[in-house]
Amino acid sequence: MLEIKDLHVKLADEDREILKGLTLSIPKGEVHAIMGPNGSGKSTLAYVLAGRDGYEVTSGDILWNGESILEMEPEERAAKGVFLAFQYPMEIPGVAGLTFLRTAVNAVRKARGEPEMSTPEFLKYVKEKAARLKIDMDMLKRPVNVGFSGGEKKRAEILQMEALEPTLCVLDETDSGLDIDALRVVSDGVNAMRSPDRAMLVITHYQRLLDHIVPDRVHVMVDGKIRKSGDASLAKELEKSGYAEYQAKAA
Amino acid sequence: MAAVQETVEQVRKIDVDQYKYGFETKIDTVKAPKGLSEDIVRFISEKKGEPQWMLDWRLEAYRRWVNMIEPTWANVTYPKIDFQDLYYYSAPKSTEGPKDLSEVDPELLATYEKLGIPLREQELLAGVKESRVAVDAVFDSVSVVTTFKDELRKAGVIFCSMSEAVREHPELIKKYLGSVVPQGDNYYAALNAAVFSDGSFVYVPEGVRCPMELSTYFRINEKQTGQFERTLIIADKGAYVSYLEGCTAPMRDEHQLHAAVVELIALDDAEIKYSTVQNWYPGDKDGKGGIYNFVTKRGDCRGHNSKISWTQVETGSAITWKYPSCILRGDNSRGEFYSIAVSNGWQQVDSGTKMIHLGKNSSSRIISKGIAAGHSQNTYRGLVSAHRKATGARNFTNCDSLLIGDKCGAHTVPYIEAKNNSAHFEHEATTSKISDDTLFYCRQRGLSEEEAVALVVNGFVRDVLQQLPMEFMAETQKLIGISLEGSVG
Ligand SMILES: Nc1ncnc2c1ncn2[C@@H]1O[C@H](COP(=O)(O)OP(=O)(O)OP(=O)(O)O)[C@@H](O)[C@H]1O
Ligand SMILES: [Mg+2]
Repeated sequence: MLEIKDLHVKLADEDREILKGLTLSIPKGEVHAIMGPNGSGKSTLAYVLAGRDGYEVTSGDILWNGESILEMEPEERAAKGVFLAFQYPMEIPGVAGLTFLRTAVNAVRKARGEPEMSTPEFLKYVKEKAARLKIDMDMLKRPVNVGFSGGEKKRAEILQMEALEPTLCVLDETDSGLDIDALRVVSDGVNAMRSPDRAMLVITHYQRLLDHIVPDRVHVMVDGKIRKSGDASLAKELEKSGYAEYQAKAA
Repeated sequence: MAAVQETVEQVRKIDVDQYKYGFETKIDTVKAPKGLSEDIVRFISEKKGEPQWMLDWRLEAYRRWVNMIEPTWANVTYPKIDFQDLYYYSAPKSTEGPKDLSEVDPELLATYEKLGIPLREQELLAGVKESRVAVDAVFDSVSVVTTFKDELRKAGVIFCSMSEAVREHPELIKKYLGSVVPQGDNYYAALNAAVFSDGSFVYVPEGVRCPMELSTYFRINEKQTGQFERTLIIADKGAYVSYLEGCTAPMRDEHQLHAAVVELIALDDAEIKYSTVQNWYPGDKDGKGGIYNFVTKRGDCRGHNSKISWTQVETGSAITWKYPSCILRGDNSRGEFYSIAVSNGWQQVDSGTKMIHLGKNSSSRIISKGIAAGHSQNTYRGLVSAHRKATGARNFTNCDSLLIGDKCGAHTVPYIEAKNNSAHFEHEATTSKISDDTLFYCRQRGLSEEEAVALVVNGFVRDVLQQLPMEFMAETQKLIGISLEGSVG
């Protein structure tokens, strides 16, 4: 269970609060969606969950499986099962995708007390997953994300997510930049990962994604706070009416 | 900036415990008296049982050196070296005599074993067959053993210590020694010519492709002792040889001087590939101790269609002053320089190359990757020149620098001189920082910060890494990681 309790977050170098008392719980086995206008703090929440520098938590807490993760390094959180599919995945010149993935998989396996995978084991493991996501193995021989199209980057993120077997998946606008077919492939991948011991948080701007990945709950985030929560139908409502109502309230 | 800040902290912590080659071998030595004079030059020459002509050559170098002054143009600073406060010759007692593996002091064999350098041929043969490497092991001032000599001899290849070459192959030494780097070439080259103790000699006869990788492993052990090795490699017409040198030294508080000279000669259609993995002791976290690595390396593409390729991985030394160069004398000759220079702590690197185009249609390629961390300074200095007669000369240069933290510096000093309109020179240079976002991305995937830095750096140097002989690639990749990590490799 993910529990975010009255979280206040400001920028580390600036006196500007981005998250203003955000409270949210996601039980294992559920998929929640967050929607909200540009700049409302969705990516900030994702980053803070993953432990990125540059933000300061001034009050509140984040518990994952009952344990506060605020003091943990990003890699410790990854070992505890936290995964973030980035809105803008980074390019790493000169490092082959497979090398990166293998280093990552073995790092988390080691941290979780599991044995490292041998090369043939690993290749088999990745090949299956890549095929399902329609990712060509040749693409994984290229440097991480370098020269990838927007959609290719997003698919590569999902491949990494599947390979790392996280228990808390945060997807930040994974649907942006995907064509119709890719959206289906990626959604199928995400749906296949739905399981009773996994919690998922999907950040999106489009109801379209939620037709594929049907969420248990939908939250509206405006100006650093959850303004309304509801079931999947809330997304459809938003599609029609927009955020004006909530923005007015927040102001 | 916090992540980078932490990296800097970690990098700062890296010092002696990081350097796993820092142990000392307890062994009886024979030393020359301290200081430098004509008598010392004579002492060294006599120890080696050299003929008169060799002694005369050394003395001439010494007389030139006395009248020279230390160069100061490099972007490095260090207290003045007292050349009278050094020992110029030190040799393990046990090696004064004929050398064969069975006669090598077990203490020495153990030293090389500990360093990961296999000297026992049988073990090598029993191991991976394809990756056999002949090794010349130089310990302080002398070569202690050279492996696979017999097998190489069958192929006509001469691979032995310099001292042995002076005795056994005087005609080749007289013809080629100093023909690329003359005695008075520069301050350190002159010093080396006067007091050089040992090093490797390679001659690959016409049309022969050397059947295995050759390598020399240099080890400084003795205190306050300079190492002045001299290497000479000749690839006769149509010959090919690939050669690798590795270097380590114990950790000591005082600085130690290493002033080597390497001369390469490639005749018509010949090719020499020379790789260096330099991991001399870099000094501790406060910049105390470490090797002064003042080295002159030059290759002469003397024949048509000849090729010389330098690949260097420089991770060690307190100060590196080194410009492996190519004189592209032959028509259609080709020079290459691939470099990875990693500096950390208080290390100072001023390194690069010179590509001197003299022959028609000669071409050269320079790929330099500098990585600076900690308080280090990392300078690429390079010259590309085309002589009036070098029509159609071509060069491509790419210098990339990567900064880790904000207390280090990276500098690029390219000189270009084209006295020929048809010369075509291209130069690219970039400087970047390891971004916090990239590190965070890696860490989100479970890598520790150190693993992330090592991964990004290895990606950065990949083009050059691929130039190294297969046998050394993985090891080198690890070495680069260790040089930047805080963990014990
Ligand atoms: N490191 C930072 N430095 C400066 N401003 C920041 C930083 N991170 C976030 N912000 C600001 O905080 C606000 C929230 O940004 P965030 O990226 O979380 O929004 P978002 O909801 O993900 O928006 P979008 O829908 O456009 O992706 C924005 O105004 C943004 O400019
Ligand atoms: Mg965002």
